[in-house]
Amino acid sequence: MGTVEYIQHHLQNNAVCSADNINPATGLCEGFWTFHMDTILISIALGALIILVAARLGKRLEAGAPSGFQNAVEGVLDFVGQQVRDTFPGKNPLIAPLALTIFVWVWLMNFMDLIPVDLLPLLAQMVTGDPHFHLKVVPTTDLNTTMAMALSVFALIIFYNIKVKGLWGFTKMFLFHPFGKFFIPFNIVMTLIEEVSKPLSLGLRLFGNMFAGELVFLLIALIGGTLAVGIGALFWAPLQALLGLGWLIFHILVITLQAFIFMVLTIVYLGMAHTEMDDH
Amino acid sequence: MSINATLLIQIIAFVLLIWFVNKVLWGPISKLMEERQKRIADGLSAAEKGKRELELAEKRAKEVLKEAKEQAQNIIGQAEKRANEIVDDAKTKAQEEADRVRAGAQAELAQEVAAAREQLRGDVAKLAVAGAGQILAVEIDAAKHQDILDRLVKQI
Repeated sequence: MGTVEYIQHHLQNNAVCSADNINPATGLCEGFWTFHMDTILISIALGALIILVAARLGKRLEAGAPSGFQNAVEGVLDFVGQQVRDTFPGKNPLIAPLALTIFVWVWLMNFMDLIPVDLLPLLAQMVTGDPHFHLKVVPTTDLNTTMAMALSVFALIIFYNIKVKGLWGFTKMFLFHPFGKFFIPFNIVMTLIEEVSKPLSLGLRLFGNMFAGELVFLLIALIGGTLAVGIGALFWAPLQALLGLGWLIFHILVITLQAFIFMVLTIVYLGMAHTEMDDH
Repeated sequence: MSINATLLIQIIAFVLLIWFVNKVLWGPISKLMEERQKRIADGLSAAEKGKRELELAEKRAKEVLKEAKEQAQNIIGQAEKRANEIVDDAKTKAQEEADRVRAGAQAELAQEVAAAREQLRGDVAKLAVAGAGQILAVEIDAAKHQDILDRLVKQI
């Protein structure tokens, strides 16, 4: 398998669609009504994992002195709660669970990136017996996942904007912001860009970081895979291991940071939606 | 890699997951943590209160002790004073008693001396009368010469 094919194969989702939507030339699904089964199943499995672990923990909660796992979970909850208290004005019981969900879920989905790139796809190919079986294990390298969350947050932003400021207040935000009443057309364009950039920056940032990270892992994996032939393996294989380890350690930081950024920006955007506009 | 219907599934999954996380993770555990926080705060304030009360009690105990000491000092002082008084009293009484006894003895002595002297005087008078009678060889009528006798007695 060539380098380009290897990478392309790894970046291909396991797509399911009706027969009409399959491109006869490539054999791949096209059009809107396509489902990325790997993205959906893995992200839902990780979500189920959160719920299962939480439910198991909930059965043996210790009120007095928590120990071990409960302590760690409480640490995460406290951390998220602190972020919400620090950046979110006022009270909204939805914000903290939303932020917690984003942080934990995104982190877990990002964490799939740390599993060796070829391990799960190879396993899947062995299990299914199909050497061309597509499996993209990191749901956050799928734009659909990141944009799904970003658009959900965007919907909440608009909802709370209207709920807090009122419909007229929300309209005023477009008309008189940021330059006052003499620049209404300009203001509308500016505010539109400002608002639309929120979900885009949320979704694309996470997607871009994780996609690029995945790509670097693939490239590192290629060092050994393509160059380690004969005596060269003595040099290239250790180099791959070393680079892989380095990027892995760095990536632990990246996945946490990206989950954190997504969470904090969500809190900030919703906080902005909750603040009254001062009249210009 | 493009946007497709996966997006819809992911939105549904995301919303459901938020609901579940709130239900089983955030809700119960944050409630637990809040309760614990409250309990700890209560405990701390109770400890603070206890400490303050202890301090107060210690202060009071010290005051009571000081008062008791003062009282004891007073009582001891009074007792000493009383003892001194009693001793002084006893001394005076003893002195008085001694004086009285001595005075009584002296009076008795004087009386006895006087009585003895009287008796002696009588005896001398009788002796003198007898002597004179013998000298005069005349029976002196004692009744007749009583005044002479009395004068004689006085002269002795």
